Amino acid sequence: MVSQLTPEQRERYWKYNIRLTVILLVIWFVVAYVLGGLLAGQLNRFVILGFPLGYYIAAQGSLAVFVVEIAVYARLMNKKDLEFGIREEATP
Amino acid sequence: MNLRKVFALYTIGFIGVTILIGIAEWLFDLPNRWIGWIFMALSMGIYIVIGIVTRTSEADQYYVAGRGVPAVFNGMATGSDWMSAASFISMAGALSAQGFGGLAYVMGWTGGYLLLAVFLGPYLRQFGRYTIPDFLGARYGGNAARIVGVVAAILASFTYLIAQVTGVGLIVSRFIGLPFQVVVFVGLIGCLFCSVLGGMRSGTWTQVSQYIILIVSYLVPVVVLSFQLFTIPIPQLTYGQLLQRNNARVVELARDPQNVATREAWAAESKQLAERLKDPALPPAEKAKIEAAKKTADGQAKPLIGPNDKVENYLKVPTGTGMWNFLALTFCLMVGTAGLPHILTRYYTTPSVRQARQSVAWSLLFIFLLYFTAPAYASFARNAVFSNLVGSSVSDLPRWVTLWAPAGLFSVVDKLGDGVVQLGDFVVKSTDFVVLATPEIAGLPFVITGLVMAGGLAAALSTADGLLLTIANAISHDLYYNVINPKASLVRRLTITKVLLIVTALIAAWTATFRLAIIVELVAWAFSLAAASFFPALVMGIWWKRANKPGALAGMIVGLGTTLYYMVGSRFFGVSWFGTTTVASGVFGIPLGFLTIWIVSLLTHAPEKEMQDLVTEIRYPRSGGVAAPGRVVPVPS
Repeated sequence: MVSQLTPEQRERYWKYNIRLTVILLVIWFVVAYVLGGLLAGQLNRFVILGFPLGYYIAAQGSLAVFVVEIAVYARLMNKKDLEFGIREEATP
Repeated sequence: MNLRKVFALYTIGFIGVTILIGIAEWLFDLPNRWIGWIFMALSMGIYIVIGIVTRTSEADQYYVAGRGVPAVFNGMATGSDWMSAASFISMAGALSAQGFGGLAYVMGWTGGYLLLAVFLGPYLRQFGRYTIPDFLGARYGGNAARIVGVVAAILASFTYLIAQVTGVGLIVSRFIGLPFQVVVFVGLIGCLFCSVLGGMRSGTWTQVSQYIILIVSYLVPVVVLSFQLFTIPIPQLTYGQLLQRNNARVVELARDPQNVATREAWAAESKQLAERLKDPALPPAEKAKIEAAKKTADGQAKPLIGPNDKVENYLKVPTGTGMWNFLALTFCLMVGTAGLPHILTRYYTTPSVRQARQSVAWSLLFIFLLYFTAPAYASFARNAVFSNLVGSSVSDLPRWVTLWAPAGLFSVVDKLGDGVVQLGDFVVKSTDFVVLATPEIAGLPFVITGLVMAGGLAAALSTADGLLLTIANAISHDLYYNVINPKASLVRRLTITKVLLIVTALIAAWTATFRLAIIVELVAWAFSLAAASFFPALVMGIWWKRANKPGALAGMIVGLGTTLYYMVGSRFFGVSWFGTTTVASGVFGIPLGFLTIWIVSLLTHAPEKEMQDLVTEIRYPRSGGVAAPGRVVPVPS
């Protein structure tokens, strides 16, 4: 329960969340807008299995990165909850 | 029996029945129309049965499925709620026409889920209300924010709904042969069974079953094609070679003298039409006709590649203003994804914040399965056109051309009169045929076409379902119960919701019968509208305790107003800021919305201390949600 968290714990928990969120957003931005957008033209010079790299990132690579990012977020935050003893009872 | 088992059996059963129909087609030469009927009756029957079995009249069940939907299933339900006729029918077609530029849709409609995951989903669940306007009303206090929320929710959802109904009409009228005007009403009856009887509860479980049908039917044709061409059944991997093959083919066609002659013939026609347009005495109707013909001619006359180019335009990355528009559109679609109310409400239905987080991950995984296949679908479709249509004889066109011609999505014009189909002879009016026709283009058995039809139907109906519920709940729960008559009994509220569902559905079907051309554009606009109105107010409301009612109101109105102004201005009156296209209108409204909330909030009173504490409290998950109805919620005066 929330009441058991000390102010210091609450601060640490929230800082962790913010740091994780910022890291994920930076990766999101770089993959979608820089690699899949601005630099896609240059990256297209590299061709793997027939895929020009820039095209591949915009068409498939970035999508896979988004899925992994959200899964990582859910996993790490849920682990952090347990670590801090934040447990929700299942609502009936 | 547990849910996983039920849906595993359901999936196996559906695939089994599909195989049986395939065998029946092969053995008894089943007519195509029958196969269409069987698939439609079968899938609609399933949805209706689920709707009846899961009917309910409890508030928590009706509005948020009892907050008892496990993460995986909520992920599937969100997947089909999200993937509409636009994703299923139109996206691969748009990709096949636009190439790299079209990838803005692929990235935009998936990348938005990260914003949803880290900024909104878990916190909305923790707040624990029923609808999105409901959150705005509870967080900012008073009815004004709630009402602006209701208006924005209806504005974004209704245009989107009409597009789904149109999608249902297209599919069923093409494959079953019923008239479009009849079909839209029939389709909506199936849809109403899923929502009227059990609200969000039956909506959720039909959406799960619809997801399974739509993903199976999207993957099957491309997997088969990939196996046929490369003997590897993983189209997402093999289409790289196809990109190269298509590229080589286009480069070759661009140098082909017959094809060059075709393009020159179109250019000559365009010039001729331009001459005729100079006549001032031309009647307006005639003028519009000639202008349309000239546009077609110009499109066909465009060279496939630049002189001395070795790469076709399909793979070219835009530069300059083109790149700006690509990035701006991606941004608007991402933020819009995270701001559409019918998706956001789905995260109210999980049992806990933990599951809300996991549920976003599952949602995107299920959506990803279709989206990372779409570019492959586009390449296989192009290859089929290049190898199956180009070079064939005009007197003996492939079967699919004659089958699809009446739908009016494309035509074949023998421009040179040489009796051979050149690439320039293939005039595409709408790329919506690509997904639905590819099985026929590639000569696969009709059972696969029937399967794709059922999938498209599932995609359109499931989204329509979610949208109908969003609109009806916004009016009955937020407008009627919270603003007009807070003493209304539950029975009365649910009755009103049900009536509204039926009325909204009828209005949508009626509007769809006019087949307004502007609908496609309206859908793209819905994203910008949702992005600019909801996203800033929701994010600031959750992340900044100092955000207050005047700030949120001003922010929503400025965001919505700027976006509407630029949309209408750029579409009809030649307004242009940095050359931005009309579909990316939200790119200005979104940051302005944030800025306005920030400035106006700081200039006015801080929210009550209780509300500020509550906003801090939603950072730390606990059972039941911090502001669930029934809990004491501090309401700022």
